[in-house]
Amino acid sequence: MSNVPVNNGRRRFLTAATAVVGGAGVVGAAVPFIASWNPSARAKAAGAPVEVNVGKMQPGQLIRAEWRGKPVYIVRRSEQILEELSKHDSHLRDPSSAEPQQPEYAANAYRSIKPEYLVALGICTHLGCAPTHHNGDFEQFVEGVPNGFFCPCHGSTYDMAGRVFQNVPAPLNLMVPEHSFINDGTIIIGVGQDEDKGDA
Amino acid sequence: MLMKLFTDLMGWVDQRLPVTDAWNKHVAQYPAPKNFNIWYVFGILASIVLVNQILTGIWLTMNYEPSGAGAFASVEYIMRDVDYGWLLRYMHSTGASAFFVVIYLHMMRGLMYGSYQKPRELLWIFGMLIFLVLMAEAFMGYLLPWGNMSYWGAQVIISLFGAIPIIGDDLTQWIRGDYVISGATLNRFFALHVIALPLVIVILVFLHILALHEVGSNNPDGVNIKKPKGSVKPEDLSKFTFHKQYSGKYDIVDAVPFHPYYTVKDLMAIVGFLFFFCWVMFFAPEGGGYFMEAPNFTPANGLKTPEHIAPVWYFGPFYTILRVVPDKLLGAVAMFGAIVMLFLLPWFDRGTVRSVRFRSKWHLINLIQFAICFIILGILGTMPATPIANLIGVIASFGYFGFFVALWFYSKNENTKPVPERVSY
Amino acid sequence: MKKLILAFTLSVAALLSATALAAGPSIPLDKANNDLSDKESLKKGFKTYLNYCLGCHQLQYQRYNRTFADLGIDDADGVENYMYTGDKVGDHITNNMSKKDAAKWFGTAPPDLTLEARLRSPDWIYTYLRSFYIDESRPFGVNNTVFKDVGMPHVLQGLQGVSTLEVSEVRGEDGKMHKVSTLSPAMGGSLTTEEYDVVIRDLTNFLEYVGEPNKLERKNIGYWVLVFLFFFFILTYFLKKEFWKDVH
Repeated sequence: MSNVPVNNGRRRFLTAATAVVGGAGVVGAAVPFIASWNPSARAKAAGAPVEVNVGKMQPGQLIRAEWRGKPVYIVRRSEQILEELSKHDSHLRDPSSAEPQQPEYAANAYRSIKPEYLVALGICTHLGCAPTHHNGDFEQFVEGVPNGFFCPCHGSTYDMAGRVFQNVPAPLNLMVPEHSFINDGTIIIGVGQDEDKGDA
Repeated sequence: MLMKLFTDLMGWVDQRLPVTDAWNKHVAQYPAPKNFNIWYVFGILASIVLVNQILTGIWLTMNYEPSGAGAFASVEYIMRDVDYGWLLRYMHSTGASAFFVVIYLHMMRGLMYGSYQKPRELLWIFGMLIFLVLMAEAFMGYLLPWGNMSYWGAQVIISLFGAIPIIGDDLTQWIRGDYVISGATLNRFFALHVIALPLVIVILVFLHILALHEVGSNNPDGVNIKKPKGSVKPEDLSKFTFHKQYSGKYDIVDAVPFHPYYTVKDLMAIVGFLFFFCWVMFFAPEGGGYFMEAPNFTPANGLKTPEHIAPVWYFGPFYTILRVVPDKLLGAVAMFGAIVMLFLLPWFDRGTVRSVRFRSKWHLINLIQFAICFIILGILGTMPATPIANLIGVIASFGYFGFFVALWFYSKNENTKPVPERVSY
Repeated sequence: MKKLILAFTLSVAALLSATALAAGPSIPLDKANNDLSDKESLKKGFKTYLNYCLGCHQLQYQRYNRTFADLGIDDADGVENYMYTGDKVGDHITNNMSKKDAAKWFGTAPPDLTLEARLRSPDWIYTYLRSFYIDESRPFGVNNTVFKDVGMPHVLQGLQGVSTLEVSEVRGEDGKMHKVSTLSPAMGGSLTTEEYDVVIRDLTNFLEYVGEPNKLERKNIGYWVLVFLFFFFILTYFLKKEFWKDVH
């Protein structure tokens, strides 16, 4: 800085202060540019919570719903299936749902609000394929487990609580989305328990 | 340690690309006359606005839909559904008007201090080219919201080309790409507005600055700060270090390095400008109906003309010149002629004294009447045509063209004051 | 010299204002004096809009839930009390009228009103809705002093009643006789003139809000930005002064 003959404390202070305040101004000016990349009101309206009627489901039946463009699997699990869930914990990566792949209220043995109904995203946690539901013929993939999900892309396997088995490519359990019961026969996906609105 | 790393890195880069040298040549060791006044801030302000237009423009295209069916709704989508979309749009629309405010003041500065005179003719031409392309850019941008004023404003301006004999009608149809202004017109204007013209403007700005640094900045006294090598006593030389490009060829007096002296001064100007800019943008983004015209809040309708079609204010002066000529072809010729006159200004002025400070009283009066006529033409351009407005418009148009004609006559043997050797500071 | 400039400028200003006057008279508009920050007024205006306007005029760029959020209505209350059409809360405020049919019935399709307040001004809306009068020559039996030969019936006649147009001759300041049209007080409505004006003021308020839902937020941010820039300017001023001490 040969062109700055005097370099006293006042000058250094003013330069630093201007740089800091100016920097704050630039950050403030960046806010609209960054915020405009958030989902717009249109995207949010399209991604609004979805209501699903589960009152007429048979035990063992799976239905698919679409929420924010993603497939959601809803399974009504029979007593027998629920009993099976505790028998293969030693073969699972995350049997106790320690990873945050579900809301607080679904972090239990059944990974659900009511044990009977499993709600999970039908997206394999490996590379995003859609696992297929095997009702009774799952033993071909995992010995001793009659029911589960199998991902045809790379062979990942999940049990009927969406928990991933060991020695497959998928790292995590199937994602359980925010959901809650409006009444006994209706599930709303996108609105969690103890919440008024979707995560707007 | 960190400093050494930086020095090493810059050394590595400099061996491959002269970054440090360019920085010194154009910023840290560029000799700028120390007597710049407030008229000298509008260049940097124009570049600030240009950056604003480019950034907000890029962000607007992320949500804008260039189609006849979707354009108007997509603008309202930006205004309502996109987070802070309204702010981005107002930054862009206010920026468009601010661009012309600073550009007109920047040009006025050139007129006052003779910044177009030898050796800065090419610099002036580049500036005028920027102005011309900017007008095209603004005109095409104004069609994009696809409001009714967008539509009819474009209709009127495109019809101008119909004044050209023989090819006129075919030409207007070719520009529109349809028998009327339509989605086809919108799409080509969109492409030109967001890609082609901004690119041209950026290149021209680059050339404008290169040409400026080649010939050096003028100043309010119009006195040269670069003296022949060896003609200045050592104690009179500027005490600062300048790049060899300048100090090797000339003895430099009354100059300061652009950085830090003009960077801090320009920063102050920029912040002051932003204050007024934000004032308008946050509290009157419609600019009293001049920045955003009311009829543009209803979608384009080819069957329903707004009661009073007025171009946006910055086209006002040229639009009035067009309107006061009672002949379609001659009107268009007069309008384009008004811009051509500006291009030729360096050759209309046959004087050698640059600054109005040392020129004749006639020159001062001529400059003032030119500025006033320009403002009157601008105001009239936004008002409905009435006989009395027409009369004033004719007089102001004569004032506009008269400036150049008179300048040519009196500048040859002008009664100027003695020009000092050194600038006053 | 300065006197010369001043004299010149003044004469120009006088001339220009003369041309502006010569451009022709426009109808004087009443001041709406609405208050965008008055949420109760906005809610009432919203109700009036839904009850009397939405049948023909859409707000096709404005969403229900956005309106609820801005007006302080919670979504459940909104669905219950403000949504008659069975749409979802995220939907735009639209109706099912076909444009073709509407054009047949009214001569022209009723315009969308989202941006009406920005197109015409709140004062215009306020005055227009209070300026219907009986005119048997019109298809719906009414005309309007603000919008001559308008294709719209007087939808709020039940509230306001209806006026008649009285034309009288008055001696103006220039000594000549001028025709002056005045509206008689409206008769036969369920509201008094004052009550009706309040209803229209609330409706105007709501339409101004819908024209630019961010208006209050915009000004609010604006104050902070200006305060910031003001202090930043002072800082840069001292910085500039400090550096320019070097220059003599």
